[in-house]
This record gives sequence, structure tokens and C-alpha cells, in this order.
Amino acid sequence: MSDVKYISGKEPHPKERRMIFKNVDREGWDQSIETYEKDGGYEVLKKAMKMAPGDITTEVKTGGLRGRGGAGFPTGVKWGFLPPNNTKPVYLICNADESEPGTFKDRYIIHQDPHQLIEGMIISCFAVGAKLAYIYIREEFPEGAQILEAAIEEARAKNYLGDNVLGSDFDLEIYVHRGAGAYICGEETGLIESLEGKRPYPRIKPPYFPAAMGLYLCPTIVNNVETLCHVGHILRIGGEEWAKIGTPNNTGTRILCVSGDVQKPGYYEVEVGSLTMGELINDVCGGLKEGRELKAVIPGGSSAKVLRAGETFKVGRGDDAKEIDIWNIKMDFDTLAACGSMAGSGGVIVIDDSRSISWVLNNINAFYAHESCGQCTPCREGSLWMKKITDRLVGGTASPTDIDTLYDVAKNIDGRTICAFGEASAWSTESFIEKFKDELVADTNPELAGEKVNNEAQLAAAGLL
Amino acid sequence: MSFEVPAEVETKVDQRITHYPVSKRSAVLPVIHELQHHFGFISEEAVEWIAVKLELEPIKVLEVVTFYPGIRQSAPGKFHIRVCRTLSCAMAGSAELMDALCETANIDRSGTDHHHPIAVSPDGKFSIEFAECLASCGTGPVCLVNDDFHEAVPNAAELLAKYD
Repeated sequence: MSDVKYISGKEPHPKERRMIFKNVDREGWDQSIETYEKDGGYEVLKKAMKMAPGDITTEVKTGGLRGRGGAGFPTGVKWGFLPPNNTKPVYLICNADESEPGTFKDRYIIHQDPHQLIEGMIISCFAVGAKLAYIYIREEFPEGAQILEAAIEEARAKNYLGDNVLGSDFDLEIYVHRGAGAYICGEETGLIESLEGKRPYPRIKPPYFPAAMGLYLCPTIVNNVETLCHVGHILRIGGEEWAKIGTPNNTGTRILCVSGDVQKPGYYEVEVGSLTMGELINDVCGGLKEGRELKAVIPGGSSAKVLRAGETFKVGRGDDAKEIDIWNIKMDFDTLAACGSMAGSGGVIVIDDSRSISWVLNNINAFYAHESCGQCTPCREGSLWMKKITDRLVGGTASPTDIDTLYDVAKNIDGRTICAFGEASAWSTESFIEKFKDELVADTNPELAGEKVNNEAQLAAAGLL
Repeated sequence: MSFEVPAEVETKVDQRITHYPVSKRSAVLPVIHELQHHFGFISEEAVEWIAVKLELEPIKVLEVVTFYPGIRQSAPGKFHIRVCRTLSCAMAGSAELMDALCETANIDRSGTDHHHPIAVSPDGKFSIEFAECLASCGTGPVCLVNDDFHEAVPNAAELLAKYD
């Protein structure tokens, strides 16, 4: 690693540990297979092809890799859900639909280091027995799709793909499939429907767990870009060594994407749990903007519940139990879950005291209202109602009771939908109300107290439009 | 004006279809992308053409066309701009960027809504719409102009000057 130099001004922060992003912003680096191979690329694949597929899965389990797309589910366990004695074809899909607000990590892997992803995918396909794989990439990465297709051609020319990969009896094709701008395609069963050429309405689980009944109702593994890249690194150094990175049950490195009100927003790859929120914001990201104070942090993409500055959180169990403030939250899966939120996709959005909470929530509500697929009524209707109520809030025409209505709408989406989008849209609203109710109520119009204000005609009659 | 898909576009379409050995229907989005790239949008004739090509009922194509925000049903400008609307870009000034782009390109967005999100300049040179999170939250405000990605867009005039 010591010979790796980075483009001036884009050097990693000293607290980073670059594995996945080793080649991002690297001096003299390009996307070609020659550059990748010169740096030791595809050597791990050669090693993996000599292993028994089951042993690869065991290494991934030993490493304790947890999915980097949002749910944090153990990857090896997911692979283990493939039915035994299966006679159907197995498919692998790389979820490159990166669209969780606040998340921008896969973009750089795809655009700057495509062969890392492809090598990770080939190894993973070999492990699970997939002979056909797709990279489902969001439509808004047109250049990324071209880069991946070019990289796939290069890999095919070297027989890393195609028939009899590296002289084995293993055949594999990978194709790039572009989405068309719908957030719901990041949900794995919605993605599968989309890949089948339909509207991406998520499927109900059970029975449609992709590992059992996925693409074309065959066993299918869906993994995030960053997750598939990690598979290569686990095999390179071995599961046991890899598990020493990070903290127990929160192993490896992960890319934190920081945006919003900090001096230096950007992507930072760190050992999971090696940083607290305070270290991330104040050391790595250069602190808040001049003269500003922290108001809130959304720690894992907009679907994660908001954390309020000044809140205290109970973490740890038994003798280790303690109360901490927002600055001392360790940025790992388990701690963020204990704080009532989630590490999610690694997208950290920092909000300072210059921001109106009503405005922030309205922006988030507008996102979910736009992106609800419309399959389940509570989500289709509720996400739009939540947007309309917060439209009134930012427009100064909300009644004080609107906040309770908003909370009620959110609570009636939560738990009543086929997929987790319902929770994602409801949890952000619920958490903002639970933690910032006073501020939201302050933005309502007291003159409207007791008024049933719910449509434009009434507002016009009240002289408010 | 009759609808005709040029041979070179059809060749690309045929090649895309081979990527889905199990089900031709899976090729709906890739074929739509090829036609949209060529024609700028997906017309009723294009829906029919795709349906014949993939041996599907036209409704199976139309239901996809009407679902996805990335598929247009009306002609965009020569340069189609998509400005990220979502939180991090909004905090970085994407609403102000949208206003400035509209003013500079002489675009009136007042007639747009959820089902008709695109506004076109009178000369047909530029069209614009908001897009949800473009996944570059650390460098907002960001936008796409056709297939070109622009981050930390400094100002509207400077961006538009790149397109003629």
C-alpha cells in the first residue's frame, strides 16, 4: 500500500483505511484491465477457482461480511439460503442501483475501478454456482454502464468470463442492465421484477425470498456493489484476517459518505466502528461550517431515523451499558441500531442549526411520495399525504393539529406494506416528529387551530392562498 | 411522418435481446433505452414497435414506459437537463440552480406536474426537470445534461455555455 499515491488534494484522511477505495483518486490509475492486473488484479480469482465453491462461502462467513446496501445482513448466510439439491439455474445480481439519498460510494467503484467489482462478482458467482449474472445499474450512471460493459469485454478477452473460465469447467456471462430512474428498484425483489421487464412492484417475503425464488423464480443472490468487492478482499487475505479489521460482528471496512453541513463532505473508507460520530464530523470532515452548531444527523441514508443533537442514547448491555451523546456514537451497525437508527447504506447527512426541520422533512417526504411504487395503498396514499402536510408546513398554512395528523399517517404506513419502503418513508417522518415536535409545531399557523384545513378550496376561503 | 427504426439502432436492439436468454420480456428496458437514445423519447409508435419486437402485448411495454421517471413520453430539448432535487443537493442550492437554469435558458416550468415533469425552452434547445438523488451528495448541486454529469455546478450560465 505504501507505493500507492493519490491525486494531489484528494489524498485519503489519515484515519481512513482504504481497501475498496484503494484505487479511487489514485495517481496514474485508470479503468483498464492492464492497470488492474499490474496491481495484482485477478490473482485472487485464480486462487478462488482452485477452491471448492463451498469453501469460498465459508471464508465469507468467517469474515463476517455484512451487506453494504442497507440492511446489513450477513452475506455468507444469505448465500447459504440457496436451496440444497437445487436443480434450477442460479443467478447472481449485483445491485448497482445506488439511489438511497445521501449515498455515493458505488459511483466511484464503478467509474474508477470496474474490474474490482467484476473480479468480486466472478468469485461470488463461482461460489454460488451462478452461470449468468447481471449488474443492475441505475440509469443515471450512463457513463458507468459503458465503463462496465467495456470492462466486461476486456475480462472476456482474457477468459475471466465466457466458457470454461481459466480452463475450468465453469462458464459465466455477466451483462449490464440499466434501470430507468426508480428508487424502488434498489429493493431486491422490485429489482428482480424490473429485470424481468415488468413494473418493479416488490414481491412479498415469504415466499419470494430471492435465494429460493428470485429471477424467473429461480434461486438468486442479490448483493450490493461494495459487498461483492469485499468478497475479493476476504479471499485475498483470508476470512480470519479480514475479520480482525473493524470490531466483532461489525467487521471489515466500510465507506461512509458524508454530505450536508460539514466543511469537507466526501467519501471516507474506515474500519467499521473505528470512528465516533464526533471524530467523523470534527476530525475527518473538518467540522461544521463556521459559527454553526449541530442540529441533527441522518446516519445511514434518508431511510434511517434521524438523530438529534442533545439527545442521549443507551448503548451496550449489562456492565457495558452506558448513556452517550450523539458525538460518541460509534459508526457501526450494532451501535447505530442500539441508538434507534441504522448504519444503512453509509450515507451520513449532517444538518446544522441554519436549517429548518420542516423544510428538511418536506424534502424527504417529497422524495418518498415521488418514489412510492404505488402497489400498497398505505404507502401510495400515505407518502403523498405526508408530503402535502409538510408542503403546508413550509408554506405557513398548516394547522397545529396537522403534526398529529402527520404522525398518524406515518404510523399507519409503518408495518402495513409489502416491502420496507413503507417503513423507510414512515420512520423518517416519525423520528422527526418524535425528536423535533416543538419546532414543527412552531411552524404551524395558530390562527388555523381547530380549523379542518385539508384542501385548497378551504385554504382559499380562509384567504390563505 | 412514419416511424422507422434505423438499421444500426435495430442491430443494437437485437444484440441487447441476446443478453436475456431466458425471457425476451426482460429486454424491455434495454430496448426502450436504445430507442429513447435515438428518438429522444418513447412515442406510441415506439411502444408498438417494441411490442412486436419482443412479442409482447403493447400494454406490457406501455406499463413500463409510464412507470419509470427515466423514460420520457414527449420530446425533450436538444439538451435535456436533470437537476438533483433531493436533500443534500437541496441543501447545496439545487432549487436556486434550477431557477437560474430556467431563467438563463428561458424555460417556463409553471405547466409541469408529476405526470408532465419536463419543460422545454421555446427554441427547443434545452429542456429541464428535477430528478431524485443522483448519488453524488458530497458534491452538490449536481445535474445531468444528456449523458454528461456535472457536479458542484458553479452557475447556470457557465454550464449552459458548454452546450451549443
